[in-house]
Amino acid sequence: MEEIIKKYKGIIPDALLDEINSNSDQLNRKQLEEVLEKTKAAYEFAKIQPGEAIGIITAESFGEPGTQMILRTFHFAGVAELNVSLGLPRLIEIFDARKTIKTPSMEIHLKKECNNDVDKVKKIAAIIKQTRFQELVSEFSINLAKMQVEALLKKKKIREIGITPVTIIKILQETLKSCIVKSDGDKIILKTKVENSELTEIYKLKEKAKTVFIKGIKGVTHVLPVKRGNEFIILTAGTNLKKVLQIKEIDQIKTTSNDIFEIAKVLGIEAARQAVINETTNVIKDQGLEIDIRHIMFISDVLTISGVFKGITRSGVTGEKESVLARASFETPIKHIINAALSGEKDELNSVIENVILNQPVPVGTGLPDLVAKMKDEENEK
Amino acid sequence: MEKTTTDKFDQPDHMFVPKHMLLSEEEENELLVKYNISKKQLPCILVTDPAIKRLNPKIGDIIKIIRNSQTSPNSPYYRVVISGK
Repeated sequence: MEEIIKKYKGIIPDALLDEINSNSDQLNRKQLEEVLEKTKAAYEFAKIQPGEAIGIITAESFGEPGTQMILRTFHFAGVAELNVSLGLPRLIEIFDARKTIKTPSMEIHLKKECNNDVDKVKKIAAIIKQTRFQELVSEFSINLAKMQVEALLKKKKIREIGITPVTIIKILQETLKSCIVKSDGDKIILKTKVENSELTEIYKLKEKAKTVFIKGIKGVTHVLPVKRGNEFIILTAGTNLKKVLQIKEIDQIKTTSNDIFEIAKVLGIEAARQAVINETTNVIKDQGLEIDIRHIMFISDVLTISGVFKGITRSGVTGEKESVLARASFETPIKHIINAALSGEKDELNSVIENVILNQPVPVGTGLPDLVAKMKDEENEK
Repeated sequence: MEKTTTDKFDQPDHMFVPKHMLLSEEEENELLVKYNISKKQLPCILVTDPAIKRLNPKIGDIIKIIRNSQTSPNSPYYRVVISGK
């Protein structure tokens, strides 16, 4: 049985073959062959013909389900989970290739040794989470008599994340070079180097000290260990994929981020394409809708075609179109036409939209083939 | 110890990264003739792309990418190497 299926490898997609294989025990040899032959015919039939207007079909396929999506999100999507933007806003975010996304997050998978041990998972989560100085302090006060800032440390919290007050002082001294850092019992005292400094300066120092980065991975503001299936993963708010991938305990193969620019930078443009596909599919699935994978693959191909992740905006994919009329028909038409006139641009009328504007047959479907004639002298030469 | 992890990290072993291969000159010509196109018409990839770092590509090379596609039994994709910015 397996042999027959193997024969069709390379002709029918692997996903379809697997599906047939899992149900093949109900069939005899002859029936199986018939199924495979019919699948092959159906697959060939489903292939797209040259000249098919796939762009418009894709746009329509996204447009209709888009009307049924959540148009705006305010709430936490669940009590224990982190806030993730979803629905139409997220879809727009992906397709516009926004540089700063609303809810950056990572999904950190762990290596097999530690993905079942709650304590280990919590420990790794603590390593990843960024800690600023203000989180370790229960009370900030300004001592007017001595003109200094006093910070009362949270002893329990410091023990939890596994550092000592001495290292905190060291880090503070390194980052805040303009002041003197001392310890006084449970307190940490910050003083400016200049004698008799003004109150505003002390106040500024206090605010600056609050944001000093003590420990963890920069950018990761929240961590949340969650059980998925039979392993623990860590969800985060804020991303820093490059740093996280360097941690030994995590699974470098499965760990992902939802920031596509970051993926393009760390893993390359092909990974970014895959990320667009996955993110888009997730958004659509979450809303209980379905769009054929081929449309999603097509749009992610378009977004990554130039080697850089670019959105469908006038500074991205649309702005790079060759035709003036095509660009003008998207956004800011007057600007494009004036600029084209000033620089003497030529429109070859090779594509669809400019021919629609000029009321001419468009090069799509049956409008695509051209008549090519053999010229007379060319024939004589032969 | 830390250095070994970063070394490994230079070659993205990630589930999102498909196999990238460098085409030889013959294969390049074969491809361009087969589809009757010039290199300019191919999709691009930056020289600085992390996924092709270990191939040491030059500008103008063609990279063959073998993706795991759900809808196609074998789907080679080609990108031409361009200079980064």
